[in-house]
Amino acid sequence: MARVVLENVRKTYPNGFKAIHGVDVAIEEGEFLVLVGPSGCGKSTLLRMIAGLESVTEGSVSIGERQVNDLEPSERDIAMVFQNYALYPHMSVYKNMAYGLKIMGLPKEEIDQRVKKAADILELTEEQLTRKPKQLSGGQRQRVAMGRAIVREPSVFLFDEPLSNLDAKLRVQMRLEIKQLQSELGITSVYVTHDQVEAMTLGHRLMVLNAGYVEQLGTPIELYQRPASLFVAGFIGSPSMNFANAKIDAEGKNVTISGQAALPLGNGGMPNHASKDVTLGIRPEHLELARDEAGAVPLIASMIEHLGADTLIHGHFGESKSRLTVRIEGIQYINPGDVLPIRVSPDHLHLFDPATEKRLED
Amino acid sequence: MLKNVHFGPSVLPFLLVAPQIIVTIIFFIWPAGQALYQSLLIQDAFGLKTEFVWLENFGILFSEEQYRNSFGRTVVFSSLVAILSMSFALILAVLADRVIKGAGTYRTFLIWPYAVAPVTAGALWVFMFDPTLGIVTYGLSAMGYDWNHKLNGGEAMALVVMAAAWKQVAYNFLFFLAGLQSIPKSLIEAAAIDGAGPVRRFRDIIFPLLSPTTFFLLVINIVYAFFDTFGIVHVMTAGGPAGATNILVYKVFSDGFVGLDLGGSAAQSVILMIIVIGLTVVQFKYVEKKVAY
Amino acid sequence: MIENRPLLTIFSHLMLILGVVMIAFPIWITFVAATHTDIRMTQIPLPLLPGGHFFENLDLALNKGLSGQSGQGVTRMLWNSLVMAMMISVGKIAISLLSAFAVVYFRFPFRMFFFWMIFITLMLPVEVRILPTYEVVANLGMLDTYWGLSIPLIASATATFMFRQVFLTIPDELLEAARIDGASPMRFFWDILIPMSRTNIAALFVILFIYGWNQYLWPLLITSDNDMYTVVMGIKQMLEAAEQAPEWNVIMMTALLAMIPPVCVVVFMQTLFVKGLTETEK
Repeated sequence: MARVVLENVRKTYPNGFKAIHGVDVAIEEGEFLVLVGPSGCGKSTLLRMIAGLESVTEGSVSIGERQVNDLEPSERDIAMVFQNYALYPHMSVYKNMAYGLKIMGLPKEEIDQRVKKAADILELTEEQLTRKPKQLSGGQRQRVAMGRAIVREPSVFLFDEPLSNLDAKLRVQMRLEIKQLQSELGITSVYVTHDQVEAMTLGHRLMVLNAGYVEQLGTPIELYQRPASLFVAGFIGSPSMNFANAKIDAEGKNVTISGQAALPLGNGGMPNHASKDVTLGIRPEHLELARDEAGAVPLIASMIEHLGADTLIHGHFGESKSRLTVRIEGIQYINPGDVLPIRVSPDHLHLFDPATEKRLED
Repeated sequence: MLKNVHFGPSVLPFLLVAPQIIVTIIFFIWPAGQALYQSLLIQDAFGLKTEFVWLENFGILFSEEQYRNSFGRTVVFSSLVAILSMSFALILAVLADRVIKGAGTYRTFLIWPYAVAPVTAGALWVFMFDPTLGIVTYGLSAMGYDWNHKLNGGEAMALVVMAAAWKQVAYNFLFFLAGLQSIPKSLIEAAAIDGAGPVRRFRDIIFPLLSPTTFFLLVINIVYAFFDTFGIVHVMTAGGPAGATNILVYKVFSDGFVGLDLGGSAAQSVILMIIVIGLTVVQFKYVEKKVAY
Repeated sequence: MIENRPLLTIFSHLMLILGVVMIAFPIWITFVAATHTDIRMTQIPLPLLPGGHFFENLDLALNKGLSGQSGQGVTRMLWNSLVMAMMISVGKIAISLLSAFAVVYFRFPFRMFFFWMIFITLMLPVEVRILPTYEVVANLGMLDTYWGLSIPLIASATATFMFRQVFLTIPDELLEAARIDGASPMRFFWDILIPMSRTNIAALFVILFIYGWNQYLWPLLITSDNDMYTVVMGIKQMLEAAEQAPEWNVIMMTALLAMIPPVCVVVFMQTLFVKGLTETEK
């Protein structure tokens, strides 16, 4: 168990491509940090830099109290679970899990003890230990990959999209198992995924990456409630946040989506940003069907999705071109062309600067 | 084997398959049958008298010291060629796989010998080792060693082995390199994280995973050494000196065409056929149960 | 993957260069020998660097052969090799395509029987059946002909197997779509299968061309007419005739000429060739 500290970590490839632009984070002991972002954002690169599989161009990576920039992967006291598991196909499951320990020079009894203990935790049977990887299912192979990491009893666990190759149902199940496992073992973990639901469920904190930049670092709730940028706002939450062009009025008290009624701003408004053009964000689940027309904005519905537990209504506000999605609980009998009064809660409005795409604070 | 979607029976498939089948029958099956038949006969050179002798020809062959020697010699020869050229090729392939940039260039330079005919290869090597003029001979004599493969049987064998192995390195290199490059990088990385250094990784992970390729090449190399080396022997030593390099395939030729011992030569052909068939079957069977991941 | 062992990388490069040198050395020596006069080539030590007589020797080899011989150069032999190589590669590809197509896409009686018959040829290289095959060729009057040189070598199974492999991976839907479009089997073959197999055909061509060009035992057996000799045979002839005072410059120039076409083919079509090779055999 150890702290992992990254200070101004940068990565530039020999051909000039800048993959990582300065990342700073202090991962506490026992913390589960998730690196999340779209393909190509640099999350895997960052993970591999911590592992020692990619070189660090600038900045420092520390595990425990040591700086590990120049250390081989095997010297960093880490264990990694790969996306395609990387199990040695010609060795039995037992041997796969024992390999690293054998190299460390541990006595046979201890190796046996550790392997059996890990197999127990992961619910792998004795019989499965004797099989070769290709004789196991995807989920079982995933467990073996984790077993290989657990027996090493490392300071840090690294996960590189370990669930991507599993089918949806298995993914949900394994997700919870990983969360529980990490919580029991208490080992500092860094986990890479492109799936924001996975990220939200697993992480104590999330680091959202985009094209090599850190968009935001924070707890899942922080990212949900106060996204620091348009990118984070649109990335976290499903269905994703609605965006519309809007303008703050002259007093900073209300914001108007073009052609519609003014929407009051909560928390005393934004006097510092009066008369500004903004991008307005509001999550589908924060738009409600109003009971009466007072203070409500009329939504013209165009498409309805019935999910059973919720209903998603796609439409637009009057003349405005912006398309919006509203999520209402339960089954709603609504038809395309219906006009619905929508109530917008002022506490759930997010305002972003259209140019910098950053959150506007007062 | 057959595509699920296919055409029904008609005359067409017979026509399509005809060219290959006809040539196969005329130039493969029939001659092979002839060889089998002839191996059961004793015939004099003029074909005036033929006697059916069942397996006597084979018996004679194996009782002849010359034949047994040739057989043993061929085994030694092919083992040496296989081991030499495979080891050399493996080393080069591992190195080329390691150096990510430049692997293509090295490959270009290393595959030339594949295009060289065995005969030509033989000619080149015999030139380099010519007892009077050879450049290598010169180098050796400067070190105090007199090389003359025309007199020394051991040297003749060494020369033939070197020429044959040299030619095969290219082929083996290509396959080893392809095999190495097909090992998923993540396996190597996982081993590195587990603490294995380069040598350990090679021994525990790479070499075992390369075993299908290795086995395949072993069979190919042995078949090559048994059969494709006729040209090399013919051009370099003509089986000599004193039969030191008279390997089986050469013997078939010299006994049959030069010595005109048709029965004996046919019997030898049959034995060679059995060996090839055996090797090919072994290889196919193994490839079926190949390590698949 | 990074590894902080730069020494190992330098060592690797050095060893590779050494390997290349060792492999290329014989060819270098050949080239050098082909560029000196015959006199120079009898003086010890033989040169390690090229001389200036490349074109002279080229002319000698092509047009005059060894002095003291019938004055015949190797031009004719080069031509023979070329014809033989082309006939073998084109012929083999053609009949293999047809056979593979039949075996994979048609259900007809004796299909498996034919398949196994073709399979057997994999196990019978020409060296194993030389005498009887010679007899057959002689009986058909094909000695000393281009046909005799090539036909017996074109029926072996490697090409058929490779095309079979390729055809098996072509999606079924293509055939179905073609049938709906009204294409006959041969149209399907010509318009769809062949274009899709283009790379494999090219790769196989390289392999077969080299195979054909480098044939030795078979041409040796069935040609007795000087005019039909192939260039690889020419080399052996020269070596034999050269017992007393080998004219290495001419011999090596001939060797060079014998090597250049196949080497060029391999080097220029390298990627294609490697792909074809590693996929055929597996």
